[in-house]
Formats: sequence, C-alpha cells, structure tokens
Amino acid sequence: MKRDDDAAAADGPGVHLRRAGTGAGQAPPGGRTGADERIGADAETKPDVVVELSGVSVSYGDVVALDGVSLQLGAGRICALIGMNGSGKSTLFKTVMGLLRPHDGVVRLFGADPARSRRAGEVAYVPQAENVDWDFPLRVRDVVTMGRYGRMSPLRRARAADRIAVDDALDQADLAGLADRQIGELSGGQRRRVFLARGIAQGARLLLLDEPFSGVDKRSEATMSELLRRRADDGCAVLVATHDLDAVPDLADEAILLHRRVLMHTTPDEALRPENLALAFHGGEARA
Amino acid sequence: MIEFLVDPVQFGVMQRAFLVTIVASAVCALLSCWLVLIGWSLMGDAVSHAVVPGVVLAYLAGAPFALGAFAFGCAAVWLIGTVRQTSRVKEDAAIGVVFTTLFAFGLVLISVTPSEVDFNHILFGNVLGVSDTDLAQVLVLGLLTAATLVLKSRDLTLYAFDAGHAHAIGISPRRLQLLLLALLALTVVVALQAVGVILVVAMVITPGATAYLLTARMERMLLLAPSSAIGCAIVGLYYSYYADVSSGGAVVLAQGLLFFAVYLLAPRGLAGLRRLRPRRTVRP
Repeated sequence: MKRDDDAAAADGPGVHLRRAGTGAGQAPPGGRTGADERIGADAETKPDVVVELSGVSVSYGDVVALDGVSLQLGAGRICALIGMNGSGKSTLFKTVMGLLRPHDGVVRLFGADPARSRRAGEVAYVPQAENVDWDFPLRVRDVVTMGRYGRMSPLRRARAADRIAVDDALDQADLAGLADRQIGELSGGQRRRVFLARGIAQGARLLLLDEPFSGVDKRSEATMSELLRRRADDGCAVLVATHDLDAVPDLADEAILLHRRVLMHTTPDEALRPENLALAFHGGEARA
Repeated sequence: MIEFLVDPVQFGVMQRAFLVTIVASAVCALLSCWLVLIGWSLMGDAVSHAVVPGVVLAYLAGAPFALGAFAFGCAAVWLIGTVRQTSRVKEDAAIGVVFTTLFAFGLVLISVTPSEVDFNHILFGNVLGVSDTDLAQVLVLGLLTAATLVLKSRDLTLYAFDAGHAHAIGISPRRLQLLLLALLALTVVVALQAVGVILVVAMVITPGATAYLLTARMERMLLLAPSSAIGCAIVGLYYSYYADVSSGGAVVLAQGLLFFAVYLLAPRGLAGLRRLRPRRTVRP
C-alpha cells in the first residue's frame, strides 16, 4: 500500500494514470462520457466517471461561491480538493451531495441524477470534526450502523447482513476493539475513522471527506490514507477537501485547485508547485 | 403507610389526575431526549406558548381543544421557519417574536371572550378538572405520540446526530424535522391539561437533560427519561395532595430537583467535570 503511494508521489502523471487504470479494474471500462481535456485524455482505459459537474454555479444571495465549475472524477481515483477557506470547498461538497441546488449547471453522479445515487446508498460523507457533536450518546458501533439505515426497513432494525457489514467495516477501519466506546472517548484519528467506517458499511462508491486530517497526528494520517487507498483500489471514487498540503502527495492521484472556480485539475505534484499554490491561496480577488 | 399511598387514589378525580399526569410526563420525557440533543429547548418553549390562542378559539368554536392547540402549534413552527429562512433575523429572535406574539394574541382573545375560559387553567393546567373527553383525548394522543416516537426513534436519532448523512443516504432530513415538530405540537397538547403551557416547557426539557447526564447510550436515555419523569409525576402528585400545593408546580419541581441532584452527583455532571477538563485541553 505504502509503496504504491510513494510511487504515485515520485512518478509523473503517466505512471499514476496506469495505476489508476488497474485500480479501477473491477469497474467496467468507461467510455460513456466525454473526454476530460485536463487529465486522463491519453489513458486507454478511462475509468468510469463517478462525479461530473458541468458549468456549476452556486450563489448565496449576492455572493458567488462557485462560478462555472466543471470537473470529472473517475472510479478508483483519489482527488484532493485544495483551496483556502472560503474558496468554495464546502459549497462544492454540499452541491455534490445535493444539499445546495446550483442556479446554473448540472451535477451528475454515476452518470445519473444524484438523488438516485443517494437513495442507492452510493454517496458517503465524512463531516468536518467541528460539525460533529462528540458528546452525543452514541457508541462507535451505533454510528457505523447508521451507514446501513438506507438499506433497512423503516424501523431501522439491523439484520444479520447489516451486523456483518458493520463488523467488517469496523475491522477495516481498525476500530473493532473500540466498538462499544462512546464516540467522544476516541482520539482525533479514530474519530475520523468512525465516519469512514460508516461509509464502508454503507457500501458507498463515492466518499466525500471534509478536512479529514485537521487535528490528526501523522500516524493516524497515514492509517487514514492507507484506508482510503484501499477503498479506491476497490473502485471507489474519493474526494478529499484539505488544506493540509503535506498529506496530498502520499494520498491523492490528482488534485484540484479551487478558488470559486477550478483553477487547475492536475497531478498532486503539479498542483503543489509554489507558483500554482500561489494562484489558489493568494490569487483571485483577495476576499479575506 | 399503605393508607398514605392509597388515600389519594381512592377519588375518581385523583385517579384521573394521576393517569393524565403520568401519560403526559412520559410522552414529554421521551420527546425531550431529542430536543435536548438537537438543542431545540427554545422550540419547546415556543410551541407551548403559541398554542394558547388555539385553545381559546377551539373553545369558542366548540371544537376539541386539542385540535386548536395542534393547529396553532404547527402554525408557530411554520412561521418561525419562514421568518428565519426569508429574512436576516436569526433563529432565536424569530422564535422569540413568533411565540410571544401568539401568546399575547391568546391573552387578548381570553380577555374579550366570556369568562368561561379560565386563564389559569390554560397557563397552569387543571389536572383536577379532567372531563371524560379530556381524558380520552390525552390517552389517545399520548399513546399515538409515544408510539410514533418509539417506532421512529432511530430515524429521529439519525436526524439529531447527523442530518447530512440522512440526506446522503436518501432519508429526507426535512421530513424528519417536520415529523419531530408535529410530535412536539402533539406532546404539548397532551401535557396542556396536566401542567399548563408554562410548565410544559420544563417537561419537554428537564427529563431529557437529566437522562443525558446519567448515560452515554441513546437507548438507555430513552428509558431513563420517561421512567424518571413518571417517578417525579407520582412524587409530585402525592406532595401536591398532602401539602395542598399546585400539582403542576409540584411535578415540575420534583423533576427540577432530580435534575440538580443528578447534576451534582453524576459522573457526567459537576462531579465529573474535573475528569473531563484535562481531556478537553488535549483535544485538537
């Protein structure tokens, strides 16, 4: 696992495109969507497009949060979404999840209406730690079980298949020994893995993570990256909003620099060049 | 001792008082668990006060008071949501404006209607004047509300904990929110007779807060809150019978005293604060 990540970091786009091709091996080869000019246009076996935004604009009143955003994210790929606070990362997530309706443009997940994907349990969201009530009287197992609710009867009674899926997800996220802990009794890294385990139990094929590395130590960060890589190798598309730039090369196959619009959708190494980062973090009209 | 316990419940009036108060306490307590966790205590305050004009109008129209109360409870919730979403006014201000306006409207209505509507009964309950119709209303609505809360408990917890996740897996948080608000309006209606609009607020907050201090498990909270509330209802009613004090007041006072006892002694209350503090500073 780790070797793969290092290879991705060290090698050019050609190498990691090939790896992404094999990573998406389980998914049927793509071809039903148009070519992406920025990346992947030269790849023979184009992975299935999971997230597709075309010309998406979102405003809060007079404030434009996203301005004509177009992007594609394929199955088996981990994409880092990089931008400063207020660059529209959270808005982009909410738009992909369907919590915000763009006033212009189209969002498609798995080539179809996002509402269908949500009902099918294909979309999982790992919220920012600040947005979670860690004192809530729930155990780790309770939260992970919530990943299965969409598949349960209206009373949400867990059946054998649900329990197996939850146990399996807890194992994968290395939380099996902590299943009966109240969620506030965990470390920062463990807390984040609870929500990832929820997405795994859900069987989601698109994982959206909002700042998963903030307040997490280096070791937990590596565990988390490894876990995400395994999901991607299983064919999941992973979109990670982060301003922890150190984590990006080890983690991601591709990176998007966002500042209300997509400044650049490229390899992590390319995105992290100082002159490109300057565009995302100091460029545009300084609003702060 | 036996005489002490049996004496009050020999009278039909007191039997009804016990029944109504126990049912109302249990339903309120169940609902309070989610209100406390979401942070909707003010909403309980708002809905309970806002039902007053509904009760008066129902009386004037000869309709069951529950109908008018429920309609105004829902109207208050709708109005608060609308004001908040369509203006710059923040939620607490929207709640404050809407419920006080409706409450004041109720006061004005009472003062212009013939004197049969007893102001004190609406404000402080009339547990000793429960008619057969009232009793039937409370029992039917109470059981309906409690059953719905229990059947939908997992969904309500999902909504309270992470509405975003509910949305992501295709379960509408909006619908769950509306369900919870409708159940709040129903609960207020159930408890109106027992303790009146002012003390309903306490009954939809205190038992949940007490249970929250006692356990870190949602299922246990949903058992602890109603059972402690039923205990307080019984203790309060006996106290009210023998000391000849306000029954609603005695019940809510019992709940409040229990809360402070738990707050002082429970590991998750004041006693545990020293244990919690160091962890908070380490927290990222």
